[in-house]
Amino acid sequence: MKFGVVTFPGSNCDYDSYMVVKDQLRNNVEFIWHKDSDVSGFDCIILPGGFSYGDYLRTGAIARYSPVMGSVIDYANNGGLVIGICNGFQILLESGLLPGAMLRNRSLQFICKHVYLRCDNNETPFSNRLSVGDVLKIPIAHTDGNYYWYQADVDELERNRQVVFRYCTATGEVTDKANPNGSANNIAGICNKARNVFGMMPHPERASEALLGSADGLAIFQSIVANATSGVTA
Amino acid sequence: MSQKSKKVVCHISLKDGVLDPQGVTIRNALAQLGFDDVMEVRSGKVFELTFKPEVTNDVRAKSEEICRRVLANPVIETFGVEEL
Repeated sequence: MKFGVVTFPGSNCDYDSYMVVKDQLRNNVEFIWHKDSDVSGFDCIILPGGFSYGDYLRTGAIARYSPVMGSVIDYANNGGLVIGICNGFQILLESGLLPGAMLRNRSLQFICKHVYLRCDNNETPFSNRLSVGDVLKIPIAHTDGNYYWYQADVDELERNRQVVFRYCTATGEVTDKANPNGSANNIAGICNKARNVFGMMPHPERASEALLGSADGLAIFQSIVANATSGVTA
Repeated sequence: MSQKSKKVVCHISLKDGVLDPQGVTIRNALAQLGFDDVMEVRSGKVFELTFKPEVTNDVRAKSEEICRRVLANPVIETFGVEEL
């Protein structure tokens, strides 16, 4: 399986994502430059974290119009797997591949710490190695991670089981206190209706080996590989 | 005769009902400073567009298109344009 990691000006988790695929998953991986417009030949595209284009205007707003994103949108609309992490999630929201928008954290602060996530849907290409109710310890690092959409639309997301991860306590309880940024329904990660596009604010690539304090994030990348090798598209 | 460049100001604001943590924080700071007549603060952004001198037509429509596609996020924001 061949992964592609998009590098925008200001991406700073592109190498982390690259190393997880190369060293932990032992799969093929290549960088894709933001000015490239050919994304053929990849089995999964990673939009990494960082501060693309300085986060000017809105997070992800300028990256969304970069040459590579036109191709990524076509790729996703044709069923290709796309995972956006942190800034990558924000880019997916701006591009319309995932619904909703990010507001500033309710504390107004940049938050950098480990949080707990509960898996709420394991029937996706990004979570099939987990069980519903599994709790993962993964770090967040963002200022604009307060997921927002109209209440009726959030309800629709829930009905379609598009919420894959929620912020929770260490024991898996979804409480307001465990919600670091004010996200609607404690949402930490969602997928599209077709299940091939997924975005999450926490950084699984920063929690993919014990040396980093947690290896819980690896299951997300392993799910992508398991999905490809089993041919099951959840 | 040299043509004067057209200018347009684009105002971007959060839609009614969208939580504005910055606005709330500024409102609280104002109250602390004694400006307690202010009930609510809503934050936003202002962009001033200067068109090329030869562009004289449709600057309003062009500016609205720019707001719709780039400057505002229609999920959470609304916009208004003002020709100077």
